[in-house]
Amino acid sequence: MQSVSTLERILRGTAISLVIFFFMFPIFWIFLMSFQTNETILRVPPSMVFEPTLTNYRSLISGTLEGSTATLEIRFMSNLYNSLFLSVTSVTVGLLLGVPAAYAFAKLKFRGSEDIAFTLLSFRFAPPLLVLLPLTIYFQKIGLADTYLGLIWVYQLIVLPLILWIVRGYFEDIPSDIEYAHRIAGHGFWSTFTKIALPLAGPGIAAAGLLAFIFAWNNFIFALVLASADKQPVTVGALAFITASGINYGQIAAGIMLSIAPTFALALYAQRYLVEGLSLGAVKG
Amino acid sequence: MSEIMLQISNVDKFYGPIDTGVHAVKDVSIDVERGDIIALLGSSGCGKTSTLRMIAGFEEVSRGTISIAGREVHMLPPVKRNVAMAFEGYSLYPTVTVRDNIAFALKSSGKPASEVAAKVDEIAEMLEITGILDKYPSSISGGQQQRASLARALIRDADLYLLDEPMGQLEPQLRTLLRGRIKYYIKERGLTAILVTHDQTEANALADKIAVMEDGEMQQFASPEEIKEAPANLFTGTFVGEPPMNIFDAKAASSDDTFAFSLQDGSELSFPRSAFASALQDRVMAMDRVALGVRPYAVQRSETGAAARVLANQWLGDQSHIAAEFAGGTLVLVEHDRADLSEGDEITVHLDASDLHIFEPDTGAAISHGAKLVG
Ligand SMILES: Nc1ncnc2c1ncn2[C@@H]1O[C@H](COP(=O)(O)OP(=O)(O)OP(=O)(O)O)[C@@H](O)[C@H]1O
Ligand SMILES: [Mg+2]
Repeated sequence: MQSVSTLERILRGTAISLVIFFFMFPIFWIFLMSFQTNETILRVPPSMVFEPTLTNYRSLISGTLEGSTATLEIRFMSNLYNSLFLSVTSVTVGLLLGVPAAYAFAKLKFRGSEDIAFTLLSFRFAPPLLVLLPLTIYFQKIGLADTYLGLIWVYQLIVLPLILWIVRGYFEDIPSDIEYAHRIAGHGFWSTFTKIALPLAGPGIAAAGLLAFIFAWNNFIFALVLASADKQPVTVGALAFITASGINYGQIAAGIMLSIAPTFALALYAQRYLVEGLSLGAVKG
Repeated sequence: MSEIMLQISNVDKFYGPIDTGVHAVKDVSIDVERGDIIALLGSSGCGKTSTLRMIAGFEEVSRGTISIAGREVHMLPPVKRNVAMAFEGYSLYPTVTVRDNIAFALKSSGKPASEVAAKVDEIAEMLEITGILDKYPSSISGGQQQRASLARALIRDADLYLLDEPMGQLEPQLRTLLRGRIKYYIKERGLTAILVTHDQTEANALADKIAVMEDGEMQQFASPEEIKEAPANLFTGTFVGEPPMNIFDAKAASSDDTFAFSLQDGSELSFPRSAFASALQDRVMAMDRVALGVRPYAVQRSETGAAARVLANQWLGDQSHIAAEFAGGTLVLVEHDRADLSEGDEITVHLDASDLHIFEPDTGAAISHGAKLVG
């Protein structure tokens, strides 16, 4: 171990603080805003001293938006629920389909496998609107427009290629001989997949699932076009905060806090897997 | 009881397309009897691992057939072949402890836990890895991983045990110790094993028969003694044996009572005609040139004989290796005592007719060993 000089420690500390400040300040500011009314938010010069209030959260949760002239019904909580439901089910479906597919692409080099894998990735190249227009008509014809099933299906465009390509890399990094060692000891293909390959790629699968969840959660355009009010996630639902009678910043801030909470919590909880997954120290060839 | 446990018949291995890909194994045939230990010996890249992997079922057999215990297996998946293997790269399961690695196959075959635990302990003790059983593979040394991988193979109940360089990472003392224990373990249970090794001492000590491979081809498949005394060709002759066999280019000449080889520098090694069978004399006389081989241990210094000049003299602690300039080449001889020789000294050496190996210089095929015609 090299000893670290005091100067180096101070410099490093300062640098890290700056970076954290830079990235965290907006979130911190929004956090403060969410406890203020429009008046205290908009005063000049801005100040960190105010009397905190929970009205923003209360009105979001109760679903009535108090404007300066009228009250408005909003569905923030049902939007939040939609986001959660859509993201969780999309990622679950994506993992169920993507992980075995990634394994096949990684370990069974069949004719055309490279082309198929690339085609799946190329779904991400097309601008979403290009896909959406024909898809909308299509979905209306077969009755999938404005259904959870249809949305989850379309979300696979985001989730599946991501999972497929990340997880495939992890499977490729598992030395084949480790699997052979298991196979030769009297285990079949499926047992090797579940007992050896899955645990070894576990951190990678967790990382891919987490990223896919964040992408799905943050998706805006698919839901905007394909979902009506009762199936909209928060990203689309947040548009309702911009009303004819003005913009209620405090409520927007509270909405933001609530809608980033799940991804934030998930990232905090899973960062161990993310780091582990991205460095993959466990497997030595 | 000479039941054939493993039969490899005319097996070829191509990596890539047949006939145009890398030809890693060329028309190899081996019959292994139940209870035998076979060593696969050969230089790096000669196809040893490829052969093992075809037996295990990880590589397709490009041509030919493989049978285990009388059952054709070369089209079966690895699961159905009932072989155990210790991998060249160890390939332990990184997510479980060494103990679980070793026990994995037995546990999933449904053996009672107490029996499995007892077997693991027994084998760990044999291989000196008791102390690391509860560690994870990533936190133990290469030599320990290698022994764990060997233990994982040996603990199983299989028709055939494939051991790919199972002790390559160990120091000589431990290797010698384990060699004895492993041989006892295998022999006591009547197991059949194929062992890949670079170490000739190991091959000689462990194996009932040695298969010498070079460039994908089987050179010779015989007992260690036979390979020493009657190498099938120039390759086996020079590959097996330490230090390697001396080889000289020679031409035979006979007179009324002597049979002589004239060497490149014009000197002659002459022997009484009676030392060589007449069929051999006829055969050798008919050839333009021969390659003459003699093992370093068989070269004796003597009062009279062929002249040589010392190039180097090395005392290895238990034997001397003397290199001398002889007949335009280098002759190495081994003596058991410290030799009082230094560079430039003139010596005379004597070669016994019974120690000569004669090879066809172009094909390398052996013609005679110890004055006896081959075949
Ligand atoms: N997967 C592969 N694809 C292409 N060529 C290969 C492959 N595996 C091995 N070879 C080639 O086949 C030949 C034999 O390789 P093999 O691994 O059987 O050698 P080996 O005798 O086990 O060598 P070593 O003693 O170094 O382990 C080598 O020339 C090697 O380059
Ligand atoms: Mg090898």
